Order: sequence, then structure tokens, then C-alpha cells
Amino acid sequence: MIDWLMHFALKLLETCRDILPIVVIIIGFQLLVIRKPLAHPKKTIIGFFYVLLGIVFFLEGLDLALFPLGSLMASQLTTPEFLGVNSVTEAITWQSYFWVYVFAASIGFSTALAEPSLLAVALKAEQISGGTIRAWGLRISVAIGVGFGLALGTFRIVTGSELYLYIIGGYIIVLIQTRFAPKLIIGLAYDSGGVTTSMVTVPLVTALGLGLASTIPGRNPLLDGFGLIAFASLFPIIAVLGYAQIAQWRSKGSLSSKP
Amino acid sequence: MLQHPFIKQLFSSFLDLAPILAVVLVFQVLIIHQPIPDVGSLIVGTLFVIIGLTLFVQGLEQSLFPIGESMAYALARKGSLFWLLAFAFCLGFGAAVAEPALIAVAEKAANIAGNGHLIEQTDAAKAGYALGLRITVALSIGLAILIGVLRIIRGWPVYYPVFFGYVCVAIMTPFAPVEIIGIAYDSGGIATSSITVPLVTALGVGLATSIKGRNPMTDGFGLIVLASLMPTIFVMAYGMAI
Repeated sequence: MIDWLMHFALKLLETCRDILPIVVIIIGFQLLVIRKPLAHPKKTIIGFFYVLLGIVFFLEGLDLALFPLGSLMASQLTTPEFLGVNSVTEAITWQSYFWVYVFAASIGFSTALAEPSLLAVALKAEQISGGTIRAWGLRISVAIGVGFGLALGTFRIVTGSELYLYIIGGYIIVLIQTRFAPKLIIGLAYDSGGVTTSMVTVPLVTALGLGLASTIPGRNPLLDGFGLIAFASLFPIIAVLGYAQIAQWRSKGSLSSKP
Repeated sequence: MLQHPFIKQLFSSFLDLAPILAVVLVFQVLIIHQPIPDVGSLIVGTLFVIIGLTLFVQGLEQSLFPIGESMAYALARKGSLFWLLAFAFCLGFGAAVAEPALIAVAEKAANIAGNGHLIEQTDAAKAGYALGLRITVALSIGLAILIGVLRIIRGWPVYYPVFFGYVCVAIMTPFAPVEIIGIAYDSGGIATSSITVPLVTALGVGLATSIKGRNPMTDGFGLIVLASLMPTIFVMAYGMAI
């Protein structure tokens, strides 16, 4: 109990250090540049205290639940018994890891679809486009983008191919799409990648990638473990630009053949 | 009782986790058919995550967010370019330093680097590596927000800085040490999560609303993408430097 309290107090101190900069910045600018007192000082201080306590609990929970869960799924989905192959006599091909890709895609798809900040962005997009882009269509395309991105990312870990080939390939697709996509949607599409990588998804997906890289023979967590989040934030951009393009074609029909 | 904001927040934190729990459960029951070790600590951990998220979001909504938002409006109306850019940089930096997902992943990355003998296998070396990583990411996010704000003020198209960033990433990758590339590519997505995204979006939309000739819907977006691109460049540079 004493150990645990010490540990808790230490974490609390570390977290104080972490949120100190933003507190100093906000309050400093408020008092020195804007020169107005805080509107609700008491509420604000209680709020900061909540943030502090929240981070401590969250980080503690990550270590107990989300990180172990990610590596557990990675190891259970890659054991030779589960794959149904004899690792001594048969070579394991990338097709054997079918369920790994399905798992990654399901996690990506479901978390993106449930992401509250994405809902807000999607509603805004429906407004901007005057209804040609539907909120639901946008959410589904982001979710497909994240799901596909994570599946491809796990495929990369399994095969051990170079991360930058995929990402730079993705960049080139984005460049080409930007040339043709409706101008109004570009900023929003670009931002949709960052929006989907939430506080809960990031740790789980990171643990999954590191877990896969340490259990799949021939992979090294140092070299292959990271990179999933990059996939999850690049592919939604492609999916949203693609969706906007299709929505524009559908609404304008053949009239939109302006250069 | 159910209308109490805290209870509502508790419920919505649970909803954040629900899709993950559902997918894992379906896989465990239908496909893997293996017992889960340590169910007890998984449940306690999940509860901690839910409580933590609830307190965190509740706290942000009653402290940082309203102040940050009103400040973005006030500074935009004040019209001083210097203070606006200074605020943009500081806001990006401060938000990224406090980002819980980045704290957790940086620690993880330091452990991996230690096990891979990239750095010394001591707690001090790992803590130093993790902190260095976070400070690098935070500096780059500050710079990204600064450039993004400048872009909104000047009215540049959003793809100019993004394309430039892409080219930088493509050129730097062959020269960066291979061990840093994965974490560098990931760092942007990790850092743009629960504090950075809402604060930065509020800043962008606030600015685009108060500057004449800018449309909040089109010019207000585009800050997050810079904030997720710039860390990649900076972390690769950090990898080259150490």
C-alpha cells in the first residue's frame, strides 16, 4: 500500500511537470498580453486538478490494460498453434496471418466510426459542401481509410518491407488527388487523419505493432514495431479525398468536366 | 442524476473504449478460443482508463478549452502579428508536452531503444531519450502551428506547406538512422490527440472567423495536418543528431 502510494505520488509529480508548460502559457498570456483576470479562477483551478488526476489514472490504466491487451492480441494471433502451421517444418507465409489483418482492420474501423471528434468534423463538412458530402459517408470513408491503413500496416510488419515506401507512395497519391479534389474539402480531408488517432487508439495500436514485431520470426521491434499510426493517419486523407471526388462527380454528373 | 455532467462524461469515456472492447471480445470468443491471462488487472486497468479519461476531459472543458478559445479570439481581434504567432507556437508546444498518449508512447519507445542497445540500458538514459523525443515533437508542433497560423493570416492554399513537408520527409528518410524512422513517422499521429486537436482547431476557427476575407469552414482547417507532419521531420533530424 505504501509502495503504491509512493508510486502514485511520484506519477502525480511527473504529471505536474508535464502540464506545467501549458498552464504557464495560458495563464501568462491571459495576464500579460490580454491583461484581463481569469473569468472563473476557482472553476479553472479545479479543472486543472481534474486534468492532472485524469492523466495519472489514464497512464496507470494504460500500463494495466491497453498496452497488455495490444501485446496479448498480437501474441495470441501469431502463435504457431493458432496459425495451424508447424513452424519447424513449414515456412509461415504472409497469408497465414490473415486474422491479424482482420483484427487490425476491425480495430481501426470501429474506433474511427465511434470517434466523437470525427462526428463534429463530419457535420461541419456536410455544411461546407451544401449537402453533397454526407456526414455519414464521410465517417464511413474515414473509418474505411483507418481500417485499411492498419491492415496494410500490419501486412508491412509481417512482410518486413520498408515503411517509407508505403508512406511516400501514399504521399504521392495524396498529391495527385489534391490536384483534382474539390478545393473546399482539402483542408478538412488533410485534418481528418490527425483527428482519428485518439488517446485510446494510439496506445493500443502501438502495443499491437510492437507485439507483432516481437513475436513474428525475423522481425525486430526497434525496426519494424512502429509505423502503424502513420498508416492510420495517412489513409483517411486518401479515403476522404476520394469520397469527396466521388460525391462531386455524382452531384454534378457529366457537367463537371471543366479543366 | 443522469444529467450530471460528470456521469455523462463517464458514459462517453466508456463509449470511447467500447469499440475496442467489443472487437477484442469478439476475437477472443469466436476466433482465438484461448483464456485471457490476468483478467483482473485488465478490468482494473480499463476502469482506470475510463476514470482517467473522464477526469481529463472534464477538467479540460472547464479550464483549458474555454480560456484557450477566448484567448484565440481576443488575440486575433487585437491584431498583433507577433503576439499571435508567439501564442500559436507556445500553445502547440505546451499542448504537445502535456499530451498523455505521447508521454506513454515516448516511454515505450525509450524501452525499445534500450532493449535494442540503441541507448544505454539504464533508467536515466531511457528517461532522457523519452524526454528528448517529447521536447522535439513539442517544438515541431509549436513551429507547425506557427506556420499554419501564418498561412491562415496570409491566405496561402493549405497544400503549399503540406507538399513542402512531404518533400522534406521524402528527402530526409534515406539519411535518417533506420531505427528512428518508424517512431518519426508515427510521432505526428501520436501527438495530435486529445489536447492538441481541440485547442488547435479552436485557434484555427477563431482566427479564420475574425480575419476579414477568411472562411472558417475552409481556412480554419489545415492546422492539424501540419502538426502531424512536422514532428516526422524533426524527429528524423533528432535521430540524426544523437
